[in-house]
Amino acid sequence: MRVPILKQRDYVIASVQSVLSDPDLLQLRDDLTERIGRYRSRGVIIDVTVLDVIDSFATRTLRTIAHMLRLRGAETVIVGIQPEVAFTMVQLSLTLEGIGTALDLEEGLAYLDERTKRNLRRGK
Amino acid sequence: MASETRVAIASVEDVVTARQKGRSLAQELGFEGADVTLITAAISEVSRNIAEHAKRGEIILRPENHGARRGLCVVARDDGPGIANLPQAMQYGYSSGSGLGVGLPGAKWLMDEFDIESKLGAGTTVTMKKWLD
Repeated sequence: MRVPILKQRDYVIASVQSVLSDPDLLQLRDDLTERIGRYRSRGVIIDVTVLDVIDSFATRTLRTIAHMLRLRGAETVIVGIQPEVAFTMVQLSLTLEGIGTALDLEEGLAYLDERTKRNLRRGK
Repeated sequence: MASETRVAIASVEDVVTARQKGRSLAQELGFEGADVTLITAAISEVSRNIAEHAKRGEIILRPENHGARRGLCVVARDDGPGIANLPQAMQYGYSSGSGLGVGLPGAKWLMDEFDIESKLGAGTTVTMKKWLD
């Protein structure tokens, strides 16, 4: 199932709605890369709250997405990794090194504001 | 009573099905919390291994009893090319393809028991178990 991507302020939010197959993850990568160019976004939030497992392929794809988006000038933050999912990732020694993570959407927005320093310009 | 389930793996899309069936059986057997996720992740890794390297195979999920112990058994079987160097394939970080090289060693870490048999040209069978207590 394709992940819906919404524009919010200077950011785009990809809100995962169901379990993702490998092709779904690759589609998300392509969609986000295209969308941040179209919207000239400086930040991306990927909400994975509903994911019941993040295995090696998902980890690799999330890393690839974040690195590609950074090369295109946008920061990525992954939000909503569930406790059991985090535990399993640690057991597998899977890391999201160099990628922002935050508890939830609200924290993700705060993270991006900090990283992109746009909060100052918005007068917040 | 929980029974055996078989999931044919013919593409990476089937990995999702295997994962979901495994999750259901684990919950039905009484696994909770992180254990359910560990089992699901292990199934994900071995079934993707089939889809990527052997193209076709199957995942067999069944309740496992050994004396008073109860648990879940996952068999991942394919008739693919087999693995030439098994110790190397079981090394964390070694990948013959484009992956992270986490699949097989990762699945071994997540489960309580793990056994792999492979014959060149004849396929690979992974048998892994998780016990309830």
